[in-house]
Amino acid sequence: MIKAILIFNNHGKPRLSKFYEHYTEDTEQQIIRETFHLVSKRDENVCNFLEGGLLIGGSDNKLIYRHYATLYFVFCVDSSESELGILDLIQVFVETLDKCFENVCELDLIFHMDKVHNILAEMVMGGMVLETNMSEIITQAEAQSKMEKSEICAFLSLCRPLSFSVPDRTGRRRPGLLELQHAPYRPSRT
Amino acid sequence: MALKIVKGSIDRMFDKNLQDLVRGIRNHKEDEAKYISTCIDEIKQELKQDNIAVKANAVCKLTYLQMLGYDVSWAAFNIVEVMSSSKFTYKRIGYLAASQCFHEGTDVIMLTTNQIRKDLSSPNQYDTGVALTGLSCFVTPDLARDLANDIMTLMSHTKPYIRKKAVLIMYKVFLKYPESLRPAFPRLKEKLEDPDPGVQSAAVNVICELARRNPKNYLSLAPLFFKLMTSSTNNWVLIKIIKLFGALTPLEPRLGKKLIEPLTNLIHSTSAMSLLYECVNTVIAVLISLSSGMPNHSASIQLCVQKLRILIEDSDQNLKYLGLLAMSKILKTHPKSVQSHKDLILQCLDDKDESIRLRALDLLYGMVSKKNLMEIVKKLMLHVDKAEGTTYRDELLTKIIDICSQSNYQYITNFEWYISILVELTRLEGTRHGHLIASQMLDVAIRVKAIRAFAVAQMATLLDNAHLLTGNTQRNGICEVLYAAAWICGEFAEHLEDPMLTLEAMLRPKVATLPGHIQAVYVQNAAKLFATVLQKHEGETDSQAAQETSQLLIDRLPLFVQSANLEVQERASCILQLVKYIQKLQQKNVEVAEEVTALFAGELNPVAPKAQKKVPIPEGLDLDAWINEPPSESESEDEKPKAVFAKEEPKHSRSRHTEVDEKELARRREARKQEQANNPFYIKASPSSQKVYDAPGVEHIPVVQIDLSVPLKVPGMPMSDQYVKLEEERRQKEKADKKKKEKKKKREKRGKGRKGDSGPESEEDITPAHHVDIVTEEMPENALPSDDDDKDPNDPHKALDIDLDKPLADSEKLPVRTHRPEVLKSPAEDRDDNTIPQETKKKSSKDKKEKKKDKEKDRKRSKEDKKKKKKHKDVEEELPESLPEEVVQSEETKEASDLDFWLSSAPVPPVAQVVTVSSSAAAATVDSSSAAAAESEPEELKDTEPDDTKSSKHKKKKQKKEKEEKEKKKKKRHHHHHHHHSDAGAEDSVQNGTVEDEEPLPPMSNYSLLAENSYIKMVCDIQGNHQDESKVVVSVIFENKSDSFLKSMEFNVLDSLNSKLQRPDGAGPHDGLTVPFQLPPGVSNEARFVFSVQSIVMPQKLKGTLTFIVKTDESSTHEKLDFKLHFTCTSYLITTPCYSDAYAKLLESGDLKGSSLRLEGVNMPFHHLLARICFHHHFSVVERIDSCASMYSRSIQGHHVCLLVKSSDQTVSIDAKCDEPSLLGNVLDEIKQTFSKC
Repeated sequence: MIKAILIFNNHGKPRLSKFYEHYTEDTEQQIIRETFHLVSKRDENVCNFLEGGLLIGGSDNKLIYRHYATLYFVFCVDSSESELGILDLIQVFVETLDKCFENVCELDLIFHMDKVHNILAEMVMGGMVLETNMSEIITQAEAQSKMEKSEICAFLSLCRPLSFSVPDRTGRRRPGLLELQHAPYRPSRT
Repeated sequence: MALKIVKGSIDRMFDKNLQDLVRGIRNHKEDEAKYISTCIDEIKQELKQDNIAVKANAVCKLTYLQMLGYDVSWAAFNIVEVMSSSKFTYKRIGYLAASQCFHEGTDVIMLTTNQIRKDLSSPNQYDTGVALTGLSCFVTPDLARDLANDIMTLMSHTKPYIRKKAVLIMYKVFLKYPESLRPAFPRLKEKLEDPDPGVQSAAVNVICELARRNPKNYLSLAPLFFKLMTSSTNNWVLIKIIKLFGALTPLEPRLGKKLIEPLTNLIHSTSAMSLLYECVNTVIAVLISLSSGMPNHSASIQLCVQKLRILIEDSDQNLKYLGLLAMSKILKTHPKSVQSHKDLILQCLDDKDESIRLRALDLLYGMVSKKNLMEIVKKLMLHVDKAEGTTYRDELLTKIIDICSQSNYQYITNFEWYISILVELTRLEGTRHGHLIASQMLDVAIRVKAIRAFAVAQMATLLDNAHLLTGNTQRNGICEVLYAAAWICGEFAEHLEDPMLTLEAMLRPKVATLPGHIQAVYVQNAAKLFATVLQKHEGETDSQAAQETSQLLIDRLPLFVQSANLEVQERASCILQLVKYIQKLQQKNVEVAEEVTALFAGELNPVAPKAQKKVPIPEGLDLDAWINEPPSESESEDEKPKAVFAKEEPKHSRSRHTEVDEKELARRREARKQEQANNPFYIKASPSSQKVYDAPGVEHIPVVQIDLSVPLKVPGMPMSDQYVKLEEERRQKEKADKKKKEKKKKREKRGKGRKGDSGPESEEDITPAHHVDIVTEEMPENALPSDDDDKDPNDPHKALDIDLDKPLADSEKLPVRTHRPEVLKSPAEDRDDNTIPQETKKKSSKDKKEKKKDKEKDRKRSKEDKKKKKKHKDVEEELPESLPEEVVQSEETKEASDLDFWLSSAPVPPVAQVVTVSSSAAAATVDSSSAAAAESEPEELKDTEPDDTKSSKHKKKKQKKEKEEKEKKKKKRHHHHHHHHSDAGAEDSVQNGTVEDEEPLPPMSNYSLLAENSYIKMVCDIQGNHQDESKVVVSVIFENKSDSFLKSMEFNVLDSLNSKLQRPDGAGPHDGLTVPFQLPPGVSNEARFVFSVQSIVMPQKLKGTLTFIVKTDESSTHEKLDFKLHFTCTSYLITTPCYSDAYAKLLESGDLKGSSLRLEGVNMPFHHLLARICFHHHFSVVERIDSCASMYSRSIQGHHVCLLVKSSDQTVSIDAKCDEPSLLGNVLDEIKQTFSKC
C-alpha cells in the first residue's frame, strides 16, 4: 500500500499532498516538513530509500523518493510494495506529467494542482497502484479534460479558456523536470 | 432565469480562480497568512451564492488551501453540494475536495450515500470513475455496507476502466465492512483471469494485499497464482504475485519447492532489476521455509547470494541498498553463505550513504563469531571516532552493544575487554544512549560474577573522573553511566581497593548538578560504601579512619538533604541521621560495623522480563470471583434518610446493579491488576502443590576464582585494544599448549603418521579467558510461555481473517437497497441454511433491521464471524444429522487433495496442470483446516483434533512433541526425496511406526496396514470423535502402487450389531461408499469414514471390501480387495488432560476398579515409554516423578482410565484403574501388545 504521496520543492513548499490515511491538517503539515528535512539533507547520489517510518505508520514503512530539478517526489509505502517498482512508478508519473503539460516544470504544478491530482488519480487509487501504462493514463486523463472543456464551452462561452499549461511569462525556455533523466529499472512493460 | 445565469457567469469573471489565488499568495510573501484569511472570507461569500460554478470554483480553491494546512472542514456541506452537480467538471472538483478532507468523523458523509450510488450507476463512465476514486479515500463503514452491492455489480461492468477501479476499491470496502468479503470473493477471484490486463492487475493487487495479512486463507489460490506467474508478462503483476508467494511459502513448504524452479528461471532470464530482486527475495523466503539444507538448495542459496553480491557491488546506490537488505534475510537462516562476503560488507561500512552504512551494520550483527567479534568491534569503534552526525554515531553505539550482547553474550570470550569497550563508549559526547551503556554495565556486573572485581575497579575510576563525563551540559545523556557506576561500586564494594577514595568521589559537591535519580543512587550507595569502610576498619585499635569517614558523610550529606528532588532528600536525611547515630556509638567505642552491614545484606538477582506475567494462576484460584460481595448501591441508599421505600426496592435494584457492573467489574479488575503489577510488595501467588524441582539459584553456581592476567588497576582510561592484544596472546598460548599436549599424547601413543598443523582455528577451539558464569534471569516456576502480547488487537485486518471457502449462506448476501428492509428474509428461507448457527443468524438479520450501527457493534460482528467460522469447523467434526456426513468429510478431503495433488505432483505435463487448476478453482476453494491438513502430516492432524478442549499448557507440550516428530520425519523424508514425493508420507510413517530408533523421540505413527495387493495399499487410523459418544472416525490412506489409473473406488463394510458404517440418507444398509477421489499412478490420498458404535468395552473386527476399476490405456478391469477393520479399545479413548488434584480426587472416589500389568524386558528410556503410551493409546501424563508417572485418558463414552506407570531396569509395571473393568482389561492387553512389538 502507498500511504502518502508528497511533492514539494527544494525549499519544502508543498506542491501536492495526497494522504491515503486520515490525518489532521496540522499533522499533515508536520509530516511534510519532517519528510522534507529527511530528504533534503541527502546527497544527490545516495540511494533513494529512507527508513523514516516514524512519521506515518510503523517501522514497516519506507520513504521512496526522487529528485527532479526543483522538485522532490516522495512516496511513503509499506513493505507490500516493491521498492524498485515504486521508483519506476515515480518515473512514469513524472513522464506522464511531462506529456500532459508539455515539458513540465514546477510552475505547472503550482498553478494546476487540481490537474496533477486528476492525473495521479488515474495511476494510484486509495493507496493502490491502479495503472502503470503511460499511454492508458494519458488517454483517460485527456478524455476527461476534453469532456470538461466541452461542458464549459457549452455552458459558458464567456469563460476564460482553461489552458493545460500556462505560458511562461518570461518567455524563456523553462527547465523541464525531466532533464535529469533517471535510468528506469523496468526495461519493458507490456 | 437566463439573465441570472449570465449574471452569475459575469460575477464569476470577477472572482479569483485557483490560478489567481496561487498568484496572489506568491505576490504576498510577507503577509501570506493575512492574504489567505481575506481569500477565505471571499470564498465564504462565494459559497453562499446559488451559482454552482461559483461554488465549485470556491471549493477548488479550498482544496489548494487545505494542502497548505488550512482546515476547510467547515465547508464540508458545500463540498457535498458541488459533488452532486450534474456537470462532470464540478463533480470532479467536489469529489477531489472530499477525498482530500473527508474522513470517518465527517458527519455530512452520510448525506452522500445516495448521490454516490447515483454516480456509480451513471451512464457516463467518468462520473462513475470519479465517484469510485473519491470513495476510495473517504469510505466509511456505513458507506461500505450500503454501497458494497453496487460496487460489486460494477466489477462486472462492460468497460475495463470501471472494472479495474471497482475491483481495486473492494479492498477498502472489505476493510470497512468485513462481512462483504465472503460474498464478493468469488467474483474477485474471477477477475484474476479478466481479459483486460489492468483489471487483472487490480485483482492481483487486492488479493495480494488481503493475503499478506491473513495468508492461510488464500493458500488455496496458489495454483491459480502459479499459473498467472508462469503465463503473465506484466512485470507489475509478476512482482505482486512473487511477493505474495513470499508470504505463502512459510505456510506450505511444498509450495516453495514447486516455486524454486520457475523463480530460478526468471532470475536467469529477466532483465528487469525490480523483478529480479523480488524473485531473489521470494527464493530466500522459500529457502527459509525449507530451512534444512537439501542438496539442490545450496545451489539456490549460492545463486541468490551471488546475484545479491552483484547488486551490492553495483554503482547504483539503490541496488546496493536492496542487496544488503535482502542479504540480511539470508543471514538469519544461512549465516555461513553470507559470512563469506564479509569483506564486501565491511567495505559498505565506509560508504558515504548513511542508509547503506546502516544496512551493513545490520548485517554485521549476524556475522560475528567468537573469533572475529573483537576485530569487528574494533573496526566499529574506529567508525565511532570518525562519525560526524550524532544519529549515525548513536546507531553505531547501539549496534556495538547489540552485537556484543546478542544471545546472552554468546560471542564474548573476554569480559574485561567488553567492560573496557563500554567504558570507552562513555567518552562519546552528546549521545542519547547513556542509559543503554549503563544497563549493559549493570547487566554484566550482576550476571558475570567473575568480572565484578574488574568492573568495580573500572567503575571506581569512572566515578573518580566523573567531571570528564558530565562536562558542562546537564542534558548530556552520558551521565547515565554514573548511575550504573555508583550502583556497582556500592553493591560490590567488597571488591573495591580503596572504598574511602570512591566514597569521597561520590560525595563531591559537583554531584549535586547531576539529575535527581542519579544523585539518589549516589546517596544510597554512599551508605553502602560507608558500611564497607566501617567493616574494614573494625577491630583496628585506632578507630581514627572509621570516625573520619563518618565525619565526611556528616559534612557532605547536608548538601543532598537540601536537594529539590524528593527521593534524594529523603534518602539523604535518613542516612544522615543514621550516620550521626553511628558516630555517637563510635565515640563510645561500640562495634557497629556488623549491624550497619546487615542493612545491605543479601544479593539481588536479575529477574527475567515479564516474569510476573508468566506466573501461572494456581488451580482453584478464580481471580474474577468476589472475595467479598460488593456493597450494592441500594444498601448505601438504605442508610440514607429515604428509607421508606427500602422494602420494595432492594431486590430490584440489586439485580440491576450486578448487571450493570459487568463493565465496571472488568475495569476494576484491570485497575487492580495494574496496581498489583506496579506494587513491588504485592505478594506473588506462589505456585501450589506442584513439586519443586531444583530451580537454578545463585547459590548453586560455583564461583570460580579468576586468574587475572591483567593488572586490576589500569592507569587512566582503559584501552580495549590492550585486551585485544592480550586476548590474542592468550589464544596463541592456549593453542600452543594444546599443540604441546597433542604432541605429547602422540608421542605417548607413538602415532604412526604425523599430522600437520591442525588447520585454522575453529569456533569451538576458543575458550573464554576465564570461566564465566552467566547468572540466568530468574523466572517463576511453571512459568507460562506467553507470546500473546505481540498481536495488535486494533489491527483492522484482523476482521478480515475470514474463511473464504465455506459456501455462502443466504444471510451473508450483501444488503440490497429495498423499500422495506425489515422483510429481508422469511423464516422459511432461514431454515435452508443449516450451516449457520441459529443465534448468529438472528443477530445478523437483526442488524440489518437496525441498518445503523456503531463501530463497537461492528467489531462484535467480526468477532462473531470468527466464532461462526470456528463453529463451522466444529460442525464439520460434529457431523450434524441433517447433512450426509460422508459427503462433508469427503468433500473436504477432496478439496484438500486438489491442492495436495497440485503441490505433490512434480513436473506435471501442462495439460494435466490446467485441469487441476480449473477444478480447484471451481470447487469453492479449500477449507483452512484442510489446508492445514495439507501442510502437516495426516497423523499429526488427527492428533491435534481431539486437542481442542485441552488446556493450553498441555497443548503446547504436545505440539512441541509433534514438532520434534515432524522434524524427524522431515529429515527422514529428505533421504527419500528422489523416489518419493512429499504427500505419500503414509509409507514412511508405517515404516517409522515399527522401526525402532534410538535417543530423542522415535517417530511414531498410528497408521496400520489395512490391506494390500498389487494395485493398492490401504493404511488406516481409528480415532474416537470427542464430540459424539457413539462415533468413531476411520481415516484410510489409499496408495496406488500400480502404473494404471484407479477410479470408481467403493468402500463397503459388513455392519455388525454393534458397529455400523454411517451411510448417507437414503442409502441401503449394504451399499458401499464412493471414495471421493481417483488415484493416478503412484499417488496416495486420504478419505475418512464415520462409524457409529454402541458398546465400546470390547474390541471389534469388521469385514469389508474395496472395489475399484483399474484403467490402463487399452482396457479397464474391476478389482477388489478384502480387508478387516480392527476397532481396538484404544481407538475409543480420547486424549484428555487432567490436573493432579482432580486426578487424586478421582482415585479417592473409589468408583474405579483396578487391574495391573507387568512388562518385562522393555528396553527404552522412560520418556519414550510414556510417549508411546500417550501416542498410541491416547493417554496424557498427569504427573511424572523420576521413573514413575500417572496417566489419564477418557473414552468417548466418558469412562475414566487412570494408569500408574513405574519403571525399574527393564521391568515396567502398570497399575490401572477404570470404571469399566472389561474396557480396562482390553486396553491393558493392547498396551502389552504395543510393547511386545518393539
